[in-house]
Amino acid sequence: MINFDYARATDVADAVRRIAADPKAKFIAGGTNLIDLMKGDVERPSRLIDITRLPLKTVEETTEGRIRIGALVPNSDLAYHPLIEQRYPMLASAILAGASAQLRNMASTGGNLLQRTRCCYFYDIATPCNKREPGSGCSAIAGINRMHAILGASEACIATHPSDMNVALAALEAKVLVSGPAGERAIAFSDFHRLPGDTPDRDTNLEPNEIVTAVELPPRGFATNYTYLKIRDRLSYAFALVSIAVGLELEGSTISEARLALGSVAHKPWRDKAVESALRGQVADQDTFALAADLMLRDARAHEHNAFKIELARRGIVRALTQAARGTPQSQSDKRVA
Amino acid sequence: MARETARSTIPTPGRIPVTITINGAPAQLRIAPWTTLLDLLRDHLDLTGTKKGCDHGQCGACTVLVDGRRINSCLTLAVMTDGATVTTIEGIAADGTLQALQQAFIDHDAFQCGYCTPGQICSAAGLIAEGKAKSVDEIRELMSGNICRCGAYPNIVAAIQQAMGRS
Ligand SMILES: Cc1cc2nc3c(=O)[nH]c(=O)nc-3n(C[C@H](O)[C@H](O)[C@H](O)COP(=O)(O)OP(=O)(O)OC[C@H]3O[C@@H](n4cnc5c(N)ncnc54)[C@H](O)[C@@H]3O)c2cc1C
Ligand code: SF4
Ligand code: FES
Ligand code: FES
Repeated sequence: MINFDYARATDVADAVRRIAADPKAKFIAGGTNLIDLMKGDVERPSRLIDITRLPLKTVEETTEGRIRIGALVPNSDLAYHPLIEQRYPMLASAILAGASAQLRNMASTGGNLLQRTRCCYFYDIATPCNKREPGSGCSAIAGINRMHAILGASEACIATHPSDMNVALAALEAKVLVSGPAGERAIAFSDFHRLPGDTPDRDTNLEPNEIVTAVELPPRGFATNYTYLKIRDRLSYAFALVSIAVGLELEGSTISEARLALGSVAHKPWRDKAVESALRGQVADQDTFALAADLMLRDARAHEHNAFKIELARRGIVRALTQAARGTPQSQSDKRVA
Repeated sequence: MARETARSTIPTPGRIPVTITINGAPAQLRIAPWTTLLDLLRDHLDLTGTKKGCDHGQCGACTVLVDGRRINSCLTLAVMTDGATVTTIEGIAADGTLQALQQAFIDHDAFQCGYCTPGQICSAAGLIAEGKAKSVDEIRELMSGNICRCGAYPNIVAAIQQAMGRS
């Protein structure tokens, strides 16, 4: 870890001013991703701007029935918040599927959105990596790529976004509220994270001088028919190989509304509106689910070591849609997949 | 000498004054920004009960309680805990008497080499305070942030169950 300066932001405007004044400065919230990356010299900020004392720690209902989650609400507090447990259990479940109890106590809502990939070459500064050092090349394409993307990858980068929470936020059509020198703006969740293209160094569309202040959930929570199914190498405290968030609304056995998002398969949580509209109006049965899985994966492409992820995702989608339709969501403590 | 001179020419940001209450005693300290809470405890304050396993948030050996919540001290900057209350394994026992959780670990032989144990006990104290774990599956899941290389897991779960019954 290199030496760096440290300052505490006193309010949001002060945080924005400080980040704009020093292009090599970084915000720090829970620190669980940033400190880890700094220990390996992957991140080398000149200055850390501590935002943990800003008043962004509440979960509130707005007059329009939306839920506004402050950027500094810890992941554990969010997962156990009564409004989230009752109205957005898919989100609570996704959060509890991630990391460990200690890390969830530290990790913030904003930091979770901005966590970086777990691609092992990104972490290893001795190897080329276009995300870490633009133009140096991608070590994963011809390297060990078992955990890497099957959808939306580019010649420049095949990394995945590792977050669990974000997969549920994508399915729920959250908005990210940000503040910058030009004022505030709201970014639709599907526009927040980027595909790698030829600029994999940019994970998101957040500008370097902007701060995330909140995440907002629309009223529709899919609290009856939902699941978050995470498939990984060990049963807990491991990143996903594939994860699936599903929310359904049913009229009898017919699907009236559907949301489906995949995690750890692409550079961003993967959602496909064509699949969701194909599900709408169909009978919620195995044939419908199998067709949806095929459609979701129609453009999937494997690399040397991750072809298994395509079949895993296919079966996972069918299983997750089944769990949601039956109203039997995946438990995050009893790990048997029902 | 030459080395000393070279080092003194590299500008280093100043140390930052903080007050942290550690195991009940307020400490006024001056800390470099890059010092983790784990390194502060072990290297500066000689509180070596808290262990460094991985230094990357992957093992739980460094678990301590900050304002009553369990966290990984290896990924926490000490300067960011200014004003906080920190409890380490050295502060778990009251007045030299083992806490119920510590006694339960002994009763159930919940360790072998003992390296993970301070983290396991601090984590279990956090788990009990959170009150979310009821079943064995839930204890196992919510203790998954603490790796035990000796594989004492069944006994650790039994010890926590015993302590939960008592507290
Ligand atoms: C061992 C381990 C296992 C893990 N397992 C999982 C897992 O299974 N699933 C999962 O989803 N995650 C997992 N994580 C990742 C964890 O969820 C993230 O590290 C965490 O959510 C990041 O939040 P933070 O507040 O600690 O961010 P920080 O580390 O403080 O910051 C991360 C980045 O976000 C920026 N930032 C933070 N807040 C803001 C803001 N408000 N506005 C603008 N920029 C901001 C920082 O500048 C930094 O670049 C794991 C982490 C570890 C160490
Ligand atoms: S996949 Fe992306 S993050 Fe990994 S080595 Fe290639 S460019 Fe870097
Ligand atoms: S030393 Fe902190 S988690 Fe391993
Ligand atoms: S007792 Fe040896 S690591 Fe747990």
